[in-house]
Amino acid sequence: MKNIEFRTAVSAQGGLLVMGGVAGVSAGSRVSLKDHVGNLRNGLVIRSSDDAVLVEVFEGTDDFDLERTWVRFLDEPFKLPVSRDILGRVFNGAGLPRDGRPPIISGDRRDVNGEPLNPAARAYPREFIQTGISAIDGMNSLTRGQKLPIFSGGGLPHNRVAAQIVRQAKLLGDASSEFVVVFAAFGTSHADARFFQESFEESGVINKVVMFLNLADEPVIERLLTPRAALTAAEYLAYDLDYHVLVVMTDMTAYAEALREVAVLRGDVPARKGYPGYLYSDLAEIYERAGRIKNRSGSITLIPVLSMPSDDITHPIPDLTGYITEGQIVLGRELFNQGVYPPVTVLPSLSRLMKDGVGKNFTREDHPHVASQLFASYAKALEVRGLAAIIGAEELSDSDRRYLEFAQGFERRFIGQDEDEDRSVYETLNLAWDLLSMLPAESLIRVSEEELAKYHKGSA
Amino acid sequence: MGKILEINGPLVKLQLPETVIGEQVRVGRIGLVGEVIGRDGDTALAQLYEDTSGLKPGEVADGLGWPLSVELGPGLLNAIFDGVQRPLNAVREKSGDRMARGVSVPSLPRDRLWHFIPDPQRHSASHVDGGDTLGTVQETESIVHRILTPPLVHGELLDLAPEGDYTVEEVLGRVKLPDGRIEKLHMFHRWPVRIPRPFRKRDHAVKPLITGQRILDTFYPLLKGGKAAIPGPFGAGKTMLQQQIARWCNAEIVIYVGCGERGNELTDVLEFMPELKDPHTGRPLMERTLLVANTSNMPVVAREASIYVGITLAEYFRDQGYDVVMVADSTSRWAEALREVAGRLGQMPVEEGYPAYLGSRLAAFYERAGRVETLNGGHGSVTLIGAVSPPGGDFSEPVTSHTKEIIQTFWALSKELADARHYPSVDWLESFSGYVPSAAKWWAENIDPGWEAARAQALDLLAASEELQRIVNLVGVEALSSEQRWTLEAAGLIKEGLLQQSATDEVDSFSSPEKQFALLSALLEIFRHGMRLVKLGAPARRLIQMPLMAQARRWKSQHKSEDLATLKAKIARIPAEFEQIALDYEPAAPAA
Repeated sequence: MKNIEFRTAVSAQGGLLVMGGVAGVSAGSRVSLKDHVGNLRNGLVIRSSDDAVLVEVFEGTDDFDLERTWVRFLDEPFKLPVSRDILGRVFNGAGLPRDGRPPIISGDRRDVNGEPLNPAARAYPREFIQTGISAIDGMNSLTRGQKLPIFSGGGLPHNRVAAQIVRQAKLLGDASSEFVVVFAAFGTSHADARFFQESFEESGVINKVVMFLNLADEPVIERLLTPRAALTAAEYLAYDLDYHVLVVMTDMTAYAEALREVAVLRGDVPARKGYPGYLYSDLAEIYERAGRIKNRSGSITLIPVLSMPSDDITHPIPDLTGYITEGQIVLGRELFNQGVYPPVTVLPSLSRLMKDGVGKNFTREDHPHVASQLFASYAKALEVRGLAAIIGAEELSDSDRRYLEFAQGFERRFIGQDEDEDRSVYETLNLAWDLLSMLPAESLIRVSEEELAKYHKGSA
Repeated sequence: MGKILEINGPLVKLQLPETVIGEQVRVGRIGLVGEVIGRDGDTALAQLYEDTSGLKPGEVADGLGWPLSVELGPGLLNAIFDGVQRPLNAVREKSGDRMARGVSVPSLPRDRLWHFIPDPQRHSASHVDGGDTLGTVQETESIVHRILTPPLVHGELLDLAPEGDYTVEEVLGRVKLPDGRIEKLHMFHRWPVRIPRPFRKRDHAVKPLITGQRILDTFYPLLKGGKAAIPGPFGAGKTMLQQQIARWCNAEIVIYVGCGERGNELTDVLEFMPELKDPHTGRPLMERTLLVANTSNMPVVAREASIYVGITLAEYFRDQGYDVVMVADSTSRWAEALREVAGRLGQMPVEEGYPAYLGSRLAAFYERAGRVETLNGGHGSVTLIGAVSPPGGDFSEPVTSHTKEIIQTFWALSKELADARHYPSVDWLESFSGYVPSAAKWWAENIDPGWEAARAQALDLLAASEELQRIVNLVGVEALSSEQRWTLEAAGLIKEGLLQQSATDEVDSFSSPEKQFALLSALLEIFRHGMRLVKLGAPARRLIQMPLMAQARRWKSQHKSEDLATLKAKIARIPAEFEQIALDYEPAAPAA
């Protein structure tokens, strides 16, 4: 079957092509098309019966001449050739080289859709990753094998934050614990892609990076394949070669929009804001590929970046993402406008795996309590700030005024730091105590009395 | 024998005459399993539980002759199943770390021997009815598995195996049915998941389910046999709260259904549970627990089935006379699976793409909860706790609003509380429980007659403080009278000293009813003493600065539930603390 060329295209619209009179085509099979000028395009069978076969064409079907389109059904799913040589390479969204070097030749070709991991085979992530960023390490820590997205908005420095995490991430007390990086960009601008590339080059990790790029002006449908190809490479590096892999993906919003575009063409019933009802399952197929497996030493830590349309966290894309990922790091425009970098809005940020990766035996015994206290005190401080905006700071009580100062210090000194500042988790915790010491000891009830005696500067 | 006509995602059109709706089918060369959901002449539409890529039109398809059923017998506890009851550990041994397709593994281990002790009441030539206990198997150290006659089998018991070790497939006995046929009895039987298991009649639910979580037990109680929902936006702590309930509740069997949720959460349960001891029996929690896992990246049709698999397993243990809790995380994912299939079928969407039958399906599912008199005259219950994941945290969306009409206890989680790391983030104003009168009887008889009044007073305080907080947000705390400030402070004390509860703190994680009431009444006592002084003219500011106020906020994590003597000693000293201050304000007693 795979050597027969069919020329039975019935109709083409958007990225969808209907083929007639081809019997026995397997669902999900890869398709190779030759258009009237002889260019090759790629596609995927999304619906198959003996009468009609529906093909999704990644490069689009614009300018198709139906009578002069030759189609081959390859009878296998989309596969990515993998070998050790992928490190240091740049591919397009479908896994073909775009760095001018020869394609990867390997007998080992993996289905990019992967197969779902047996839940009984998963190992629970527990190893604390020090990112050197206080707002993350101190209050929303990252764990090896976690999926922790960055929720951002247009114009916010999510790329710089992601690049800083990539540069600084390490395991505590284990200098050899370096990561290899799989970087996937879809729907992003050339400038953003170049920023990452240069950042990897400057920090000297470029030979440990695999890049998959589908930029803003490239075929939209290919975006559906890009994260899957990247994760297939990551799985190979993690579970076959025992690397710890850090996967950075940007921008998930562009991915979801591509999915919507195709869903509309297919005629799927829309759920919210025109996104198909299966957006959740589809995103889960991507995010859930992060993790660890029992008896394997590698791991996949996933940091997807997504820009929230109009900074709205209840928009379907961040909303569904938040239901799947193990927390989120939220960047905020207010802090950004005040010149705070990284502008992490800590209250809506969360790391679900933090509880099992910090504290005694992991970082320091007071860490979970300090984090909880910072959240509580900062939440209270923001209330006071809101009040001060109405009645004026002069009218505040003494204790309220201390909270106001605390909020200021917390935002400037704790959240704010330099782009190349790599704070150890102990520096972060000590800094936290410096700030908490601005508040009366008796108001700090989330930390224990012993910890107060040991670390609070105001305690006798 | 039929064949495939068309493949469209998880839906497959088959040429399969004489099939019936609901029948299981095996499709294609790799043998994917699914169920028939529609028929039109000779063609049938089936939804498959596994990914369909690679299937081709023209490949074989075959009906299996039975609807989606579960195997019920020893070997269920301590296990983890997927959405169609495949044992995940056995699947892993067979197909590796990833879920290969078309793997067929029996749900219950076939080679394992169980020690069966026949029921002394059963002897040959006696009559047995459906649901009667044939004998027992000690399945785990804490749970005795009662081997039941299948619900629809009744007649003359011809013979029953003597005490001994048997596998689940060995014939244990034979029954002569009324029509003369002989039915063989095994240690397990099958039951179709979409049909509720029969019972004699429904009973009133009477006992509260003690979860050890103060805001739930004390403020919004749930009864054994009741139904509850936990709606909450992402990050509000839904999963944590459900895990806490699964860990600490005083049910005898806990069934945790992970429906379209995170894989690592189930791993967490799997790794954590065996280390924890049941506070009621002292045995490892895993011995009473059973997991059904269909994570978000697993096929969507099996996700729809997983909820029914879970509830059928729950009913089976109920029929053995146990109190069962089933936690379903999350019913929204189940509804979305319903929506996805409905969409592919081209059914008319009503709200947000959901089909019109969403409400009735949800209601029928929750109705499978309840406390019942079982077929053999015993009593058992299924308590159903469903998580709801409203998009954008909007409680007016279809799944949340339909669920709210069905359930009796509503534990609404709040994003604002969670953002301030106030856990459990159960909102005391949005939540409700219709079971308070029944629970009050139990608390009055077993803990303290003052429970209902104390609960009401605490809730009043919280509601009043909400009003006051609004004033403070506008004009500042100085604008309040001393009485109002003290009310605000007391409400804060209740929030931090009682409602807030740390799941990670060893002492605080579980609170016995005695401890819950001791804390509640102590905090109210502080409020009352303070109020008396304020009325005498003491400024609230002075009271707020009492060391007692900070100390009382720590009691919850300083005193274990088993050791309340020291807590009670501290509580006994409360009046004296206020007496000290009272001296300054009380009118001088006439000199003696």
